[in-house]
Amino acid sequence: MLSRVADGLYWMSRYLERAAQTARLVDVEFQLWLDQTPEAAAERWKFLFEALRIPAPEGVVDPTRLLNSLVFSRKNASSIVCCISTARENLRHVREQCSSEMWGQLNRLYLEAVDTWPEEAWMQKSHAFFQTVQEGAHLFQGITDGTMSHGEGWQFIQLGRYVERTDALAALMEAHFKRVAHPVDQAVESAEYLEWVGLLRACVAFEAYCKVYTAEIRPLRVAEFLLLNPDFPHSVRFSVDRVNAALHIIGDLTERREKQTTRIAGRMRAQLSFSQIEEVLAEGSHTYLENVRSECAQIHAAIHQIYFDYSIESELAS
Amino acid sequence: MTAAAMPAPYEVPPPFVNYRFDTAYDEMFCSPGVPRDCYQSLHRTLVSLPPHELRKSQQAADLTFLHEGITFTVYGSKEGTERIFPNDLIPRIIPAAEWTKIEKGLTQRLTALNLFLRDIYHEGRILSEGIVPRELIYSCKHFRREMRGLNVPRDIYVSVCGTDLVRMPDGNFVVLEDNLRVPSGVSYMLANRKALKRVFPTMFRDYGVSPIEQYPTALLATLRSLTPENCAYTQDPVTVLLTPGVSNSAYFEHTFLAQQMGIELVEGRDLLVHDNVVYMRTTAGPRRVDVIYRRVDDDFLDPLCFRGDSILGVPGLFNAYRTGNVNIANAIGTGLADDKAVYAYVPAIIRFYLSEDPILPNVPTYLMTDKAQRKHVLEHMEEMVVKAVGESGGYGMLIGPHSTKPQRDEFRARILSDPRNYIAQPTLALSSSPCLIDDQVESRHIDLRPYILMGEKVTLVPGGLTRVALRKGSLVVNSSQGGGSKDTWVLRAGNGDERMAEIGEEARRPPARGKPA
Repeated sequence: MLSRVADGLYWMSRYLERAAQTARLVDVEFQLWLDQTPEAAAERWKFLFEALRIPAPEGVVDPTRLLNSLVFSRKNASSIVCCISTARENLRHVREQCSSEMWGQLNRLYLEAVDTWPEEAWMQKSHAFFQTVQEGAHLFQGITDGTMSHGEGWQFIQLGRYVERTDALAALMEAHFKRVAHPVDQAVESAEYLEWVGLLRACVAFEAYCKVYTAEIRPLRVAEFLLLNPDFPHSVRFSVDRVNAALHIIGDLTERREKQTTRIAGRMRAQLSFSQIEEVLAEGSHTYLENVRSECAQIHAAIHQIYFDYSIESELAS
Repeated sequence: MTAAAMPAPYEVPPPFVNYRFDTAYDEMFCSPGVPRDCYQSLHRTLVSLPPHELRKSQQAADLTFLHEGITFTVYGSKEGTERIFPNDLIPRIIPAAEWTKIEKGLTQRLTALNLFLRDIYHEGRILSEGIVPRELIYSCKHFRREMRGLNVPRDIYVSVCGTDLVRMPDGNFVVLEDNLRVPSGVSYMLANRKALKRVFPTMFRDYGVSPIEQYPTALLATLRSLTPENCAYTQDPVTVLLTPGVSNSAYFEHTFLAQQMGIELVEGRDLLVHDNVVYMRTTAGPRRVDVIYRRVDDDFLDPLCFRGDSILGVPGLFNAYRTGNVNIANAIGTGLADDKAVYAYVPAIIRFYLSEDPILPNVPTYLMTDKAQRKHVLEHMEEMVVKAVGESGGYGMLIGPHSTKPQRDEFRARILSDPRNYIAQPTLALSSSPCLIDDQVESRHIDLRPYILMGEKVTLVPGGLTRVALRKGSLVVNSSQGGGSKDTWVLRAGNGDERMAEIGEEARRPPARGKPA
């Protein structure tokens, strides 16, 4: 597979995942925001930006404009609309590598998100908009799995999605832990309850959590579920498992089993598989999550160097 | 006209009330209200369908094109503007016998043109014998001195050709121009077919239309048959499609063809040359490339050899080509033979190499380098179509009858300052075909671009791109100039109308002017 194509598929997947993640988070926050006093709301903004890995604007800001910048702004490269256009642009560059159905779906999502939502009207219909983006992304994933051969290209799509998801989840949890009390192993109520349910919803995890632990919300269990659950697609451990698996298969397919990537991914995987939530919290959730994010960045850099932008001279010499 | 003067009380069926005839050959009707044999069933369908059904079908087809991203990019307008290529739902039908003649004519023409290119870049017999003037060739913008003495696989220079045909008022096809460099549009031919099959499935089956879906396979076989002998993997040559990139107007087509052929779509930056061997950069390391189907113009292919400011090409590619380690299709320097002034000599070229008369005639062409011909053209500018010899895509041309005085003066000045760069042709009455315009069937001018493949053997898929000048009365069919396209149905022998003999006769009956069908 051409390096440029692999690169395009990887980034397409990352951008689409980012768009869906932002849509979920902003949707949840927007709902919570409706229940809150203006003072508390100001704090929420800071959190939202941190969780989305975007520098927060300084001073007093107008919430409508803020939301707009997270959703429509062409200046903010991480806004939902920008992410979807960039994902589409990436796929457009490598269109012959994906199935026509995949292109059709992403193109439709782009047209819906970019063209048919006038900025003035969207506040009224924001929920429907976020819904469109999330469903569009889910549909794309389903179509990808169902119509594209699960070869190298598909593996790079997987890699992009789960590297992005791991990093986004870690950033979200980090921001969340900063503003709540230390997670306790007992049920919480009222305001705190809403925060933890919000976190679950931002990871489409509320129903899945209830199935495992019942609807009793205990912060410790929420943290455990999102960080260490091996079966839920929006947990850190699940995502890292997928990154690891994709790296192994790509290594086999290209006959370039690189120690660098497999070592980092293997270590992350081992840590998550054998950790207990109590230990993680005792060590400090901040340190732990920082570590996850830094390892994600290392994996990203290694993929780039091994598969996309290697030195030709050294390759042909060997 | 009073009712009594009407020849016969003839009621115009609703969708055809705006249908008009002029001097051009009408593809559907042999006389007002009387469809040609092969169009009868289609005519019945159009008359019986309620207008909103037609509109719905058209909208559905447009939406498919938009969603599948079957678009082209318009240069000179807003950066990256993508438009859908307008598709007209009413097919153009060609009976088997007519197609057979087109097929023979195009095969003959391309065979001769390849012999011509071989000759020009080697001995130059045709020049020595004075059939084609030497100065015409050496002053051609697309003549590549670098190609002198270079042997290309199977001596085939043009392996993919798209020739534009138009039908004259007498019903015969003539060649308007050859596209021997990087002809495009074949993906729209295939997309139109896909859309039409969805819209008119039963009519499609009943008509017995020849399939065209095999084009990508045929193209791949053609390219593979042109693998250079030096290549290590002659059994399974690595073939790639080289595109200028996503901002090229035909990018959709590049992706489509690469996908359909199952080959890599590469950009210049994906390729590199090491020791005169071309490699592409893959995730598994560099991989050797044997055949390049390029959709990049000569000028941009290799910055070391041609334009130094090109970032679309591959440094060192030409040397690898010259060494015989890679083949490039079409070959470099083929633009020489589709120069519009050289075009005038194609009938002579066919006679010279094949000792045959051309099956498909040329359009009469005036060379501006000839004093008498130039004088004639300058005196009759408002009747002429003036074209720049090296341009394509409908850029750089003047349509006399539709031009203004300042435009004509501008072209007059241009011709006088650089006569070699211009030719003129009489304005042709392109045949017209029924098209769906705002729920009504109206007539619009069309041409036909069949695609000819030449490798180990010559392949023509039965059909081609029928381009439509969607603006009323317009004669310009290029997509960049507001043209559209429609599906082209070549009927299988034994189906529909085979009465070739009668077609001439039908055409001789003059259609009444300005009267509805």
